[in-house]
Amino acid sequence: MTELETEVHPEPAAGGNAGMGTQYLEVRGLTVDFDGFKAVSDVDLTLFQGDLRFLIGPNGAGKTTVIDAITGLVPATGSVSKSGQELLGKKVHQIARRGVGRTFQTATVFEQLTVLQNLDIAAGAGRSAWALLRRRSGILPAIEEALETTGLADLADKPAGVLAHGQKQWLEIGMLLVQNADVLLLDEPVAGMSHEEREETGNLLRRIGGERTVVVVEHDMDFMRAFATSVTVLARGQVIAEGTVAEVQANPRVQEVYLGTAAAGTDDLKEES
Amino acid sequence: MKHLIGRWQTWAGFGVGAIVLFGLAPAVLSDFRLGLFAKFLCFAIVAVGIGLAWGRGGMLVLGQGVFFGLGGYIMGMHLKISDAALTNQDVPDFMQIAGVRELPGYWQPFASPVVTLVAIVVIPTGIAALLGLGVFKRRVKGAYFAILSQALAAALAILLIGQTSVGGSNGLTNFRTFFGFSLKDPVNKQMLYFIAAAVLLLSVAVARQLMQSRYGELLVAVRDGEERVRFLGYDPANIKVVAYVVAALFASIAGALFAPIVGFIAPSQVGILPSIAFLIGVAIGGRTTLLGPVLGAIGVAWAQTLLSERFPSEWTYAQGALFIIVVGFFPAGLAGLGVFLRRRKGKPDVGDGPAPDPASLPDPDPEPEKAGAKA
Repeated sequence: MTELETEVHPEPAAGGNAGMGTQYLEVRGLTVDFDGFKAVSDVDLTLFQGDLRFLIGPNGAGKTTVIDAITGLVPATGSVSKSGQELLGKKVHQIARRGVGRTFQTATVFEQLTVLQNLDIAAGAGRSAWALLRRRSGILPAIEEALETTGLADLADKPAGVLAHGQKQWLEIGMLLVQNADVLLLDEPVAGMSHEEREETGNLLRRIGGERTVVVVEHDMDFMRAFATSVTVLARGQVIAEGTVAEVQANPRVQEVYLGTAAAGTDDLKEES
Repeated sequence: MKHLIGRWQTWAGFGVGAIVLFGLAPAVLSDFRLGLFAKFLCFAIVAVGIGLAWGRGGMLVLGQGVFFGLGGYIMGMHLKISDAALTNQDVPDFMQIAGVRELPGYWQPFASPVVTLVAIVVIPTGIAALLGLGVFKRRVKGAYFAILSQALAAALAILLIGQTSVGGSNGLTNFRTFFGFSLKDPVNKQMLYFIAAAVLLLSVAVARQLMQSRYGELLVAVRDGEERVRFLGYDPANIKVVAYVVAALFASIAGALFAPIVGFIAPSQVGILPSIAFLIGVAIGGRTTLLGPVLGAIGVAWAQTLLSERFPSEWTYAQGALFIIVVGFFPAGLAGLGVFLRRRKGKPDVGDGPAPDPASLPDPDPEPEKAGAKA
């Protein structure tokens, strides 16, 4: 990647903005079987760099399980390859080291450590034993950048435990950035956030999504419409539709699934949350 | 600037510690009391390791008696062999009484002082590393880890009681010399005290470096969110095993000093009760801090000696009650109480240490292994 590209910050676009030449995540026939119950069956996903993909679907559709399977938390069959490297069957920390990062529905930051310490740990998976035994001195440029990107620079020395709910989620995203993850899997990043926080999170995703592959599991349809460049709809563990926001909304199967589960459902998915 | 002040404070702290241990204590304490104090310092060395593994790493190490005993027995065996050699005997006195004429095979390496010293370091750390990797890689944690380590302490104690070749339930006693120095001579006893004091300062320095390094931050992160650390690309088992091994090493060295200082090493120093007793001082002093475990261990041991002289049976109850009160109401121990009081006065929390370290603040969660139990 050249200097120029990083300066320009390309916008995310449907289908990605960089083509197959760069990083991509290819999921084929992903199946997760919990003692005979197929939580995810035969899911195919192709994600290119620069695509801000939203993964939506009714409760229990298997959205989080897909992320769990990709990151090695639950055993799965099929294939998950990142730029040609098979991830399935590897351990959680090995997958993380290959550049796949994730967040959780409830923000999990290290509350007793400062924001800076949280980021420093996230940046350090490749450190040697010798580097680990020495004290942290100065701030890595990547961490400085992440503090700026996430707007947490003023809070760097605060314990992460005192951060507001939204700030914790941003810290988690910041940790993914310094972790050098180019595939980011975010599980309901705006759940429980205020309207302003949602806006800011969306803009943050737009800022970082141009150079990475970002997958967002989301329930909030307004948020999805405002920021998604492409959408995959899951229902009962299967992909039932994929495309741009408009295409997915117009899809009769999607409407059927949402009408079937949401009591106050409308045909444009508005009330589903 | 802050860094310079921090460094100055550190040296000042170690300076004060050295003056108290090397100047004040030998000057004001009788030979008998100094011997007792040396024993307390051994417990304090164990406590430094427990503070690291339990306070910072969240591993409830309920079986440190195992490593204390290993160190103590290895040293004890060497001392017995050298004592026997002084009187031109092939085997130590207790074996002669039992009618054993030849030194058992596993005793023989410990005739060499070098092998003994190396073994005190290598054997317990090797066992801790193997055990730790086996246990932590399988994600055994929380109460299960505590029970496992306690069972191990019980098992070793029972094993030792059954072995007449290491003195059975009496253990190894009546050491006469320590690497050629007579243990009857008060000067040599004082030398042992100085060795214990130096080892304590050194172990505190090692623990301090570990706690303040990036590794220390990582260890706290593992304590508070082991799964999260995994998703950042680390294997938490490797991080935990380092703290566990360091704690085992400190316990082993402390045991090796305990044997000549107190004059015996026995299964009663290895089993469940002594292992819990190690923990009590750490909990009372404040397990997440650097000095809390040291002061707690010395304080509890001192109180035990003073009070049990006067109220032999009541002390046990008092100790138990203190443990319950601290764990139940002041999970951060007395050190945490200090921070709490300072906060109530509204004073900022600086000057507490070289760098205000959130990890050493009172732990709001009385059970750090709760997160593990959930997963």
